Amino acid sequence: MSRRSAALRMLVPAPLPTGDAVKLPLAALDTVWIQLTGTLCNIACRHCFITCGPSEDRVPMMSRDEVSRVLEDARALGVRELYLTGGEPMMHPEFFAVLEDALAVAPTSFLTNGLFLDEHAGARLAAIFAAARYSLDVRVSLDGMSAAINDPVRGRGTFDRITRGLRQLAAVGLAPVVTVVEHTTGLAASDERARFLEFLRALGLARPRVKFLPLLRIGREPRRTHGYTPGDLVRADDVTPEIAAALQCATCRLVTAHGVWTCPLLLDEPEARMGERLGDALGEVPLRWAACSTCVVEGLSCRT
Amino acid sequence: MPDLTLPDGPLPIVDARTTIAVFGGVYSNHLALAATLEDARALGARRFVCLGDLGGFGPRPDTVWPLLLEHRVEVLQGNYDHAIGNQLDDCGCGYTDPRDNHYARLSYAYTLAGTSDSFRAWQRTLPPVMREVWAGRVVRMAHGSPRHVSEFLWESTSPDAFLARMLDEERADLLLVTHTGIPWRRTLADGRMVINVGAIGRPPNDGTTLVDYTLVHVDPAATQPLTVEPRRVAYDHERLAREMEDERLPAEFVASIRTGWWTTCLEVLPPKERLRGRW
Repeated sequence: MSRRSAALRMLVPAPLPTGDAVKLPLAALDTVWIQLTGTLCNIACRHCFITCGPSEDRVPMMSRDEVSRVLEDARALGVRELYLTGGEPMMHPEFFAVLEDALAVAPTSFLTNGLFLDEHAGARLAAIFAAARYSLDVRVSLDGMSAAINDPVRGRGTFDRITRGLRQLAAVGLAPVVTVVEHTTGLAASDERARFLEFLRALGLARPRVKFLPLLRIGREPRRTHGYTPGDLVRADDVTPEIAAALQCATCRLVTAHGVWTCPLLLDEPEARMGERLGDALGEVPLRWAACSTCVVEGLSCRT
Repeated sequence: MPDLTLPDGPLPIVDARTTIAVFGGVYSNHLALAATLEDARALGARRFVCLGDLGGFGPRPDTVWPLLLEHRVEVLQGNYDHAIGNQLDDCGCGYTDPRDNHYARLSYAYTLAGTSDSFRAWQRTLPPVMREVWAGRVVRMAHGSPRHVSEFLWESTSPDAFLARMLDEERADLLLVTHTGIPWRRTLADGRMVINVGAIGRPPNDGTTLVDYTLVHVDPAATQPLTVEPRRVAYDHERLAREMEDERLPAEFVASIRTGWWTTCLEVLPPKERLRGRW
């Protein structure tokens, strides 16, 4: 174990032994996440659950050909929807071509920090949206309704640049989903949600859409606030049949340049790697990791 | 949620030349239901199948029941019928937008209060799935999808490969669903078909006041034994709007009937379908 991972283990409890963990079978492979730019990102958010950043190359970018192979596997397996993520997927040199490739197979969402959404990108995305047979969803991360809340987490000046990107999408008639991490509990409650929707309307988004996500206490977040505790590890009686059916690892897998993982959260867990290709990764997932509790207890789904 | 396991035993067979009308999403719109049945009968339909969701949205929920009985409509249980039949706390639509939730709750409370005990008991007994053989082709009918009563099969989020997998799993040649309220149909490269029949309870968010259903023409002697005919039906929507106003249903619902644009419960629409609408 490296010094870095040893230090991380002090902040994140060790996973349960596989034999002690609840096992979740794959109900259906509906959703495939593609870690297009690996851990490469143009910013380094302080709450990033997979520690992405400008010099984070531990998970490399995927080539367009690599993605095409994944798309062929996804098509053969009858996948319902695709997600392009990173890192920042728009940093990929062939991002728009990859997006078109994906949309030829299934409806596709991409997750962006919004900093590359300039006039050119807006026009390109609007054209791709109009031409595609399936739906394209643009998901933009924003951590609050003001620079005072957003910028300490996402970086100085990002609030202005992200809101400029959202206005750009509004100008070309797209309806992005804005994802907001709940830094304080209750943010997703009805009043706050309504306020956020009003805020987005004021930016020019006629059909505002918002998705709140709970904080994940892995990656960089444990250094900012705190990590999980051993008490967070998932026990058998936590997982009712209703919860099991709703867990995203019951219907999704994550593909990276290094192989296939259980879900987008566990990228830094080597033992969450399930195989080389999608067809190798259709077995059950042991809910061994503390982060699994965020899905089990708080009902997190990364899906739009 | 209803149990979607198919019953054991031989499948019912249709092997004579006939026309079957398939519709869904009645939403208490008794005028559109009457117009649909009349249209279908005039075009030769002798069998009527409703894929569920009898209530919600429209006025006086019990009004549709005598029509369904009189025309011997075979009804599958939709999520709304399951909820009303079992007096659940809500329609199970799962909205997160507070505005959508507000209107969904109003509509559900109104429908539950206005549904008689006997109609509710009837809805509880409806089968959630149907599988038959029409002219040698296996036909699967479901409310949302064969695997979940509340799964939305939208045109823009149902890729070919996914539909092929679903048909494989169901060992079906034709799949008929509703639940979304917007009709579409897809023929896969191998000839198998998936049809969302839309809804007859409100227009499909296209700025018209027409509603949609599907006729399936069965002809065992034809080279193509099953052909589908999408139908659009006009009905007295102004009268329905007035009835809704008399019942003090939300003005937003009435506006959808009069303008053909959806005004509520929009968050479930995928971006393609959402951006085609006005709101």
